[in-house]
Amino acid sequence: MTKDECKKLVVDIIADIAPDEDLSHLKPEVRLRDQLQLDSMDFLDIVMELRKRHGIEVPEADYIQLASLDSCADYLTPKFNALAAKT
Amino acid sequence: MPQDWLKGVDDYYDVVVIGSGLAGLTGANCLAKCGHKVLLLEHHYQLGGLATWFTRKGGHIFDISLHGFPVGMIKSARKYWSQEIADSIVQLKGIRFVNPQFDLTTTFDRADFTRLLIERFKVPAGTVERFFTDLRAMNFYDHNPETTGGMLERYFPGRDDVKRFLMEPIAYANGSSLDDPAITYGIVFSNFMSSGVYTFRGGTDLLIKKMAGELRRNGVEFRKRVMVEKVLVDATTGSRQVTGVVANGRTIRCGAVLSNANIKGTIFKLAGEENFAPEFVAQARAVRINTSSCQVYLGIRKGESIPHIGDLIFVSDSVGFTTDELVDFHTTSRTFSVYYPETRPGSERYTVVCSLNARYDDWNRLSAEEYQREKDRIIEESIACLERFVPGVRTRIDWAEAATPRTIEHYTRHWMGTSFGTKFEGLKVSMDLPAQLAGLYHAGSVGLIMSGWLGTINYGVITANNIDKYLFGQKRGAAAPTEEPACAKL
Repeated sequence: MTKDECKKLVVDIIADIAPDEDLSHLKPEVRLRDQLQLDSMDFLDIVMELRKRHGIEVPEADYIQLASLDSCADYLTPKFNALAAKT
Repeated sequence: MPQDWLKGVDDYYDVVVIGSGLAGLTGANCLAKCGHKVLLLEHHYQLGGLATWFTRKGGHIFDISLHGFPVGMIKSARKYWSQEIADSIVQLKGIRFVNPQFDLTTTFDRADFTRLLIERFKVPAGTVERFFTDLRAMNFYDHNPETTGGMLERYFPGRDDVKRFLMEPIAYANGSSLDDPAITYGIVFSNFMSSGVYTFRGGTDLLIKKMAGELRRNGVEFRKRVMVEKVLVDATTGSRQVTGVVANGRTIRCGAVLSNANIKGTIFKLAGEENFAPEFVAQARAVRINTSSCQVYLGIRKGESIPHIGDLIFVSDSVGFTTDELVDFHTTSRTFSVYYPETRPGSERYTVVCSLNARYDDWNRLSAEEYQREKDRIIEESIACLERFVPGVRTRIDWAEAATPRTIEHYTRHWMGTSFGTKFEGLKVSMDLPAQLAGLYHAGSVGLIMSGWLGTINYGVITANNIDKYLFGQKRGAAAPTEEPACAKL
């Protein structure tokens, strides 16, 4: 998986959590919280969806890695690839 | 032979949820949506916990706790229940305060509070702005030792009236006092201030019916009239682990338990203190149970009406403001929640629910005769007070009834009949529970911030996430034995 594909999976999740938000102009390097009306419950939902849809576990100490799309991709892409290698 | 309320229930579930308060219902729904096999058990004949209602002769439907919640409920309802439920949430705009210090109506949001604090209470605009901004920035994990009383004194020194205006509604919302940590006040108050007070159009009965429909659709098995007597624990492997529950005398095995019972009840009655480390037991024992409530339910006769006097009226005859007065046995402070026909469109009915804060001990020590007399007293005092807003209302009331902390204890099994969970320290004990006993989780009214409709719904989701993580780890461990063979541990 590439980082761009990873970003798309994250955006797909956010689209379901925040259906009223326009996600077409998201800046990948800017914190999601600064561009969208996301609160701490929304980030928890992202964590739950990553586990449910993709089998990816994000420990609480790493929640900070989900701050922007770029940091999401840096953190999650290796996890996706490690999981794909196992199966 | 008595009816088997567990008929059709399997012998094993991934999760058993004990209690159907909003945290239990929401946790159950989330876990089922995550693909787990969930059983929810409620001892009462109705779902909802304190989010409940009852009907009485004359066609009355009384809502117990539908007084009003923050706007965040719309988002939580949509995300964790359904768009349809979220779409029925509407704002209540008539919030009134009537006391010897001030008499005013507000929409109970930051803009209107800012206006009132500046124009009516003559507080400098800069102070008001700083107060709201600072509160908004508070986090529950901040180590801030300040009390709410201390914090309010810092912004508004000597202003008893301002403190009343800011604190009184929150004391009714979650049983907090001026002695509780400022952060608990800051979080709850900011939630309300973001956009005012909201309610569910259609009444509690319709909300719970819709939630039950969602549970069914998502595959949650739920049973009423089932009392969970015990959480079963396996201690033979060295580390203790939840293995099931005993409910109505029957053993049901499970991978995890989500207890929506009171946190103290969960530890001391359901699991048993022998399953926890002594330091944790001491911490749990030291958790202070929060205060409770009395309510007076007044039904307006069919065909009669009352004028619009406001949706939520905080009234008091107390000259000064203290949170001790609010919970006094003879308090003159009460909140009227007025339910107009719009509550249940098409019903044409009016009810008034009067809430008072109360202490369990004041009511629990009464003899049967005293208990009846004191219930009659609070009914009479509430009607007399309502007469000030609606002269002659007494003749239009054809049902009057009182509930006390003893009533709450009877219907919810809450420790000491609390209607507001525990003081702040209860949250840490609640969150530390699974580290003490694998597979045991708690969600429900606790720690002041995880209280009220929004707090408990969100706490149900937070706990469901932790349970999902635990079960995910277990299932993955079981599904991939080659990765870490069980024998490798021997």
